[in-house]
Order: sequence, then structure tokens, then C-alpha cells
Amino acid sequence: MTEAVKPTKPTAPTAPTAPTDEQKRASAYWRSNLRLMAALLTVWFAVPFGLGIVFVEPLNQFQLGGFPLGFWFAQQGSIYVFFVLVLVYAVRMRSLDRRYNYE
Amino acid sequence: MSILTWTYITVGLSFALYIGVAIWSRASSTSSFYVAGRGVPAFANGMATAADWMSAASFISMAGLISFMGYQGGIYLMGWTGGYVLLALLLAPYLRKFGRYTVPEFVGDRYDSQFARVVAVFCAIFISFTYVAGQMRGVGVVFSRFLEVPVDTGVLIGVGLVFVYAVVGGMRGITYTQVAQYCVLIVAFMIPAVAISHQLTGNWIPQFGFGATISDGPNAGRYLLETLDAIQRDLGLPEYTAAWVGGKKSMVDVFAITLALMVGTAGLPHVIVRFYTVRNAAAARWSAVWALLFIGILYTTAPAVASFARVNLIQTLNGREYSEVPEWFNSWERTGLIAFNDKNHDGIITMDGDPAINELDVDPDIIVLANPEIAGLPNWVIALVAAGGLAAALSTAAGLLLVISSSISHDLLKSFLWKDLNEKQELLAARISAAFAVVVAGYFGIHPPGYVAQVVAFAFGLAAASFFPVLVLGVFDKRTNREGAVSGMLVGIVFTASYIIYFKLVAPGADASQWWFGISPEGIGSIGMLMNFVTTIVVSRVTKPPASELQNMVDEMRLPTEGPAVG
Repeated sequence: MTEAVKPTKPTAPTAPTAPTDEQKRASAYWRSNLRLMAALLTVWFAVPFGLGIVFVEPLNQFQLGGFPLGFWFAQQGSIYVFFVLVLVYAVRMRSLDRRYNYE
Repeated sequence: MSILTWTYITVGLSFALYIGVAIWSRASSTSSFYVAGRGVPAFANGMATAADWMSAASFISMAGLISFMGYQGGIYLMGWTGGYVLLALLLAPYLRKFGRYTVPEFVGDRYDSQFARVVAVFCAIFISFTYVAGQMRGVGVVFSRFLEVPVDTGVLIGVGLVFVYAVVGGMRGITYTQVAQYCVLIVAFMIPAVAISHQLTGNWIPQFGFGATISDGPNAGRYLLETLDAIQRDLGLPEYTAAWVGGKKSMVDVFAITLALMVGTAGLPHVIVRFYTVRNAAAARWSAVWALLFIGILYTTAPAVASFARVNLIQTLNGREYSEVPEWFNSWERTGLIAFNDKNHDGIITMDGDPAINELDVDPDIIVLANPEIAGLPNWVIALVAAGGLAAALSTAAGLLLVISSSISHDLLKSFLWKDLNEKQELLAARISAAFAVVVAGYFGIHPPGYVAQVVAFAFGLAAASFFPVLVLGVFDKRTNREGAVSGMLVGIVFTASYIIYFKLVAPGADASQWWFGISPEGIGSIGMLMNFVTTIVVSRVTKPPASELQNMVDEMRLPTEGPAVG
């Protein structure tokens, strides 16, 4: 299994020194990833738990065609939103991978 | 042709297809046995993941449950799809990059702890056996209704088939059989759904038909859901779309169950392992996109099927003379899954919200299977649904059996008991463990423990409370160490298991007022998960940080490059 991640000896065994360019690139990439994830996970939480559960009754006052709106979020809308979230993540990460040259 | 003849044809052809695919793609090395040689394209893996994930419960039971639960059936819809967002964002790319064969192996290596690995192995085996017993039972039920063989014979036929392709084919064989099974199950689910949607509302797309108006009959021109609410009201039942009404779950409980199902999904080893089979981290992300698309097709159709079936069931049966019931009623009566008890001896079926007056008992499990018959669709459609139910149960069973076999051969034998096992011996051991697991699963299918339904809560609760936090923190928090992970898992497991055992087995009569925070045993995994997170983080902060090699390993895991960065 040549491609597996193995524990590696630290490259700089001496006292902590200034981060290398490689380390700066890695941490910038990771920060961009975390920002994107935080935004997407907020939506992941807000739509089903907020619109589909906690605020379902007020939303049911509104109709979406033949659906009470809150009911629609619980039985249809959340699933569409989940799909869009994973799609956006895959697309945005592909461009992040390219920008930071990690393909 | 009769339903029986059609069923023999569709089931026979689909089984021949699975065996053909398994032989063509059989495994020849440990890497291809455990992770399909890590060469599965994202699209194919998405389909395989969808079939792996959608079990007899999703295919046969879910729409029926929603049909009886109305709005609150959404816990399954949101819970069993939302977990894929967590998988795609928090776990799949990193676990794939880490490049191991099993989930316990990740736990053991990331935390440098054999003890953590053993705890994880036992959770993985327990969760998978719980699940697989239900699948085998589903196979038996489909066989007994549609092929008119005893349930036990049905289970044995299912065991024989899974034996061929899981033991011979390994992960590679399972993957491509699952792709075929996805195609069979989705066609089988969609054809009746589309036909019934058109029949009732004139709209061919169930997702839209469900929100459209009824096309014929006394309620023509009225919205389907509005009509259904009114029908339910007339019978003295809660409205179908109403959220919080008497006799249903509380908001807190719906919240907790949905969260536990989401997090549990993301922690189920047989689902996670599917992401090990693709080429790299980017392919793991795309696999999740495809998987959620393929799962979403069924999951957005199921609630539509549920409401169509509810309308059809009530309109067909309520107020009808028992002597005039359609033929399907009698054939399901023989299975005991539908029962008419003429309490007022007038020979007419009366449905009512009051159990003292209600004369019709319907098991939710028959909704999907009987739906085409209730709607009067042709015999070949009914036969196709039987093949679809079998595809759903068998594909999930195979994925689970692989987790059990790799846990035994790779995590227990190879890493503990018999370290100098060479690759060829390990492959043999993996096949023997798979065979052993198939036989045990078959035994549980024929002699199901009386509490199958209860232990399913266990599988999700345990996956949520044991694996999910230590996997996520293993990637996102470098400071999380062995002490934290081990104590977090133990706290999560002990708390969740005691709560479920107490309320399900020790005091099954206890009512909702005794639940902590109003959370049922089905939802308690979400609290177990939070306790695991808190314990892991706190204990890690007050003990030594992980060795710098481990921290470097985490840095490396976070990059989506193919192998370790060497230059």
C-alpha cells in the first residue's frame, strides 16, 4: 500500500523555525477549505432543523403549490438542498485543489 | 401471465445478472478483496454506495412508515440523506487519503492505540450484524409473498446467493454487483411510482404529482395533500401534513432522532468503507455527489408514494363490503400483514382513528410491495417490485458482510492474533470469515431475535456515539490524542447503550414522560455523540499532545494529493 499516509519523522527536528513555503501553502489551503465547510454546514443545519422541524408550523401557513411549505422542506426540500451542498463542495474544492496546485 | 410466473422470470434474470457480474469482477488480492483495488470510478461508486446504503428498510419499509406517520416520516427522509453531507465534507476525502482498509484500522493508526482499534472492531461487528439480520429477514418476506416458498427457504436462497458473490467476489465483486442492483431497485421503485402519480394526478413526475391536484373522482381539482388531510380528519385521524399533534412525537424528539440518524449514517462502517474504493480524495468527494443523487431519486419519490398509497388504501377499502375486496387483499391477508376484524359484524370494512371502532390493521411493510396491486398495475410491475426489494436487501447485506469479514481477518487476525499472515493466507482468512458471517446472518434471518426493530436504534445510536466524533476529530483536531479518543468512545457507547437497553429491554413499558429531555431511545445517539465530542476534546486537552509524527500524519491527510508528499 504505497499510497497510504504513514507517520513521517518531522522534517525539521530542531526547535520550531519559520514555516516553509510548503507549510504556508498547506495551511492557506486548509483555511480556505474550513471557511467553505463552515458556510455549507451552516446551511446543512439550518434547512432541515430550522425550516423542516423548528419552524415547520409557521411555514405551513404558506403553500408551495399543493404543499404546505414546512412539510415540503421536511419531505422534499431538505434533500434537494443536501444534494446542492455536496455538489457545491466538490466543485469548489476542485478549484481550490487547482489554485493551490494539489491535484 | 400470472404474477408468480413473472416473478420467477424477473427474480431469476436479476440473480443470473448478479452472479455473472460477480464472476466477471471477482477479487484476486487482499487489496481487491477489501477495497476493490481502489480503482472504482466515482460514478460507479456512487451507484454502489446508493445500493449499499438503501436496504430493505429504505425500499420496503420507509414509504409505508411515512404513509402512516405523515409529516413526521420526514425524520427518515432528512436523517438518512443529511448524513451524506457530513460524509462528503468531514470524512470521505480524508479517510480515503489516509489509505487504510477498514474503519477500525483508521482509528487504531490515527490514535496509535490497539485498544481503540479493538473497541472500534467490536462496534463495527455489532452494528453490521444487527443490520444484516434485518436484510436477511427482508429477503425471506419477499420470497414468501411473491414466490410462495416458506420464509426459511427464502432466507437460504438469499444466503446462497450472497455467499457466491461476497465470498468469491470480495469488495470488487460486491461493488459491481451493487451497481447492477441499484439499476434493478431504482427501476422497480420508479415504475409503479410514476404510473400511480399519473393515475392519481395526471402528472408523470411523482415529486410534483405529490403537490398537484387530483385528476378524477369526487375530489377532482383539489390538491392531493389537502384531500388527504380531509380524509384523515373524517376518519378521526391527525391530518397528514400536521406537525405537532397529540399521539405523535414531540419536536425535541423529532429533532434528536433526525440528528442521530444523520450522524449515525455518517458513522456506519459499511458506508464509509465504500469511499475507500475510489482512486483519490477528489474522487471520494465526487462519489458522495453521485451517491446522494442516486439516493435522492428514491428518497424524494418515497414520500410521494407514501401519500398516494395512503389515499388509495383508504379510498379502496374504507366502507367496502368485505365480500367484495380486491384479490390482493386476500393474498396479503394470508401473510398476516393485513387483517380485517369485523367488530360490529356488518361485513363492511370501517377505518377509524379510534382503535375500538377501527376494523382494519395494515402492516406498514406491505405499502410498497402491495402498492402496484392496490393501484391495479399490470402483473409484470408487481413482479419487478419483488426483484427490487431483493436487490435492496442483498446489496446491503453484502456490504455489511464485507465489513464483518474484514474486521475479523484484517483487524483481529492479521493485526493481533497471527501477525505473520502473508497476503495469500489473509485473503483466504477473509473469505473464510465472509463465509462464516454469511452463515451467521442466515441463522439470524431464520431465527430473528425478537427485538430486531429495537436493535436497529442501537446500530444508528452506536455509530453516532462511537465512531463519528473520533473520526471527525481525528481529521480536524490535531490535539486529539489516544486518551481522549478512547475515553470519548467509551463514554458515548456506555451512555447510549445503557439508555437504549434500559428503555427498550429493561423497562419497555416506560413512557415518554420518563425519557431524559423528552428524547426517545431512537434519538439518544445524538446526546451520546455530543458527550463523546465533549469528553474527547476535554480529555485530550488535559493529557499529552499526540507525538509529532502523528500530527504530521494529520497534516498530510488533509492534502488531497495522491500519495505522501515526498518532494
